[in-house]
Amino acid sequence: MNAWITVAGLLPVLLRAAIVTLEITAGGFMLAVLIGLVFALLQALRLRPLQVLIAVYVDVFRAVPVLTQLFIIYFGLTEIGIRLDPLPSAIVGFGINGGAYLTEVFRAGIQSIHQGQMEAAQMLGMTRLSALRIVILPQAMRVVLPPLGNFVIGLLKDTALASAVAAPELMFQARTLVDKTFLATQIFVAAAVIYLAMSLPLGYLTRRAEARVARGRR
Amino acid sequence: MPDPAGAAAPDKLVEIVGVTKRFGETEVLKDVHLAVRPGEKVAIIGPSGSGKTTLLRCVAHLERPTSGYVAIAGERVGTKLVGGHWREMSDREIARIRTGIGMVFQRFNLFPHLTALQNVMLGPTRVLKLSAADAEQLARELLRKVGLAHKADEYPERLSGGQQQRVAIARSLAMRPRLMLFDEATSALDPELIGEVLNVMRDLAREGMTMLIVTHEMQFAEDVADRVVFMDHGRVVDEGPPHELFRSPSHPRTQAFLRAVVDRQVMTETPAS
Repeated sequence: MNAWITVAGLLPVLLRAAIVTLEITAGGFMLAVLIGLVFALLQALRLRPLQVLIAVYVDVFRAVPVLTQLFIIYFGLTEIGIRLDPLPSAIVGFGINGGAYLTEVFRAGIQSIHQGQMEAAQMLGMTRLSALRIVILPQAMRVVLPPLGNFVIGLLKDTALASAVAAPELMFQARTLVDKTFLATQIFVAAAVIYLAMSLPLGYLTRRAEARVARGRR
Repeated sequence: MPDPAGAAAPDKLVEIVGVTKRFGETEVLKDVHLAVRPGEKVAIIGPSGSGKTTLLRCVAHLERPTSGYVAIAGERVGTKLVGGHWREMSDREIARIRTGIGMVFQRFNLFPHLTALQNVMLGPTRVLKLSAADAEQLARELLRKVGLAHKADEYPERLSGGQQQRVAIARSLAMRPRLMLFDEATSALDPELIGEVLNVMRDLAREGMTMLIVTHEMQFAEDVADRVVFMDHGRVVDEGPPHELFRSPSHPRTQAFLRAVVDRQVMTETPAS
């Protein structure tokens, strides 16, 4: 019982680390969405050389473990004089890796919308880009939101990998505390509960967002 | 070939000049020539696969002709003369030309995430940059014109096919086009809903709109069109005023097509009358 009381005293440390976890998640997510959205739109504009480059990016970054990518960014880039701190390394790593997934997610969403929607928008005098932005994307969001929700929850959990590049996130701090106190069970259970407390609201937010974009549909 | 870009011929709103369209090995349009005067209503009829829809899509530049060109009010659609050479237009330039062309699709293609009113307002606000208030006034006016003022706040899903198509017509008209293209506008409708859409099209014709109408409704074509064009296997085979083409078609293929269509219509109409 004493052990749990000790862990309760360590809770502020773990909660501060949880904020770092959320920072990596939010930063990585925003970067991934930005990359995914821009690349999917560029693909939809059918600009040939860009399409090939984007396809290569998607293939490569999906095929290499994110941990390997984090190591390359954190340790490897120093070779060419780029030295990133653990936190930015993690955000860039998860952002670029996630961007490859989300490019595919947004592409699939855009392609799920009937070609007639694009043509109707074009006949109103919209350019392809305007039509994508104004007409296609809002509809594609219905298709995109569920995988986007899955992605962000997955990302939140994957940020534990950032402990390998010494980012002071939840798992990194948990392990540091375990090394000091040897209270492995109690501390890791506490970490699990904190992850749960962060993941569950994300799932709830996703479902609410899905309900919002389903307006006008039964 | 003389350049039409400079000399805008006021007697022709649409010029289709030697348009050929190939999809891979298949030649869908073969050297089609057709001109439409301002205010003229031209109906295009013919068996399915004859190239009618592709021709209309070439006028809208939703398909790029393999050779030949379409000009709207003397301006080529899709290509422009730069330093003595014909160059591809940018997406933006094509979009500008399309603002003057309304198109009504077989499948309506209303935006399902927007209400009827929002569908009609979208072009005026986002492309013509009208204020929301002005666009709404225009949209309500047009919905009233097509008899759907009371459905302004409904989403397309809650509307019948005929109502959706009328909203689609209102949406096109909101751009104040000088040319309206109808691509089998009633083909996807239940028989009892066809009349309401044709009536809206009749009103439009009476108001003097220039219309290019691909249709299977022979009676409508005869009533409304100034000229009927018969297409078969990617070519314009026959054309003339409706009474001539329908009553005494000279071309054997037109005769055969009309006989087949009339037989079918008589067969389906006889039990009711």
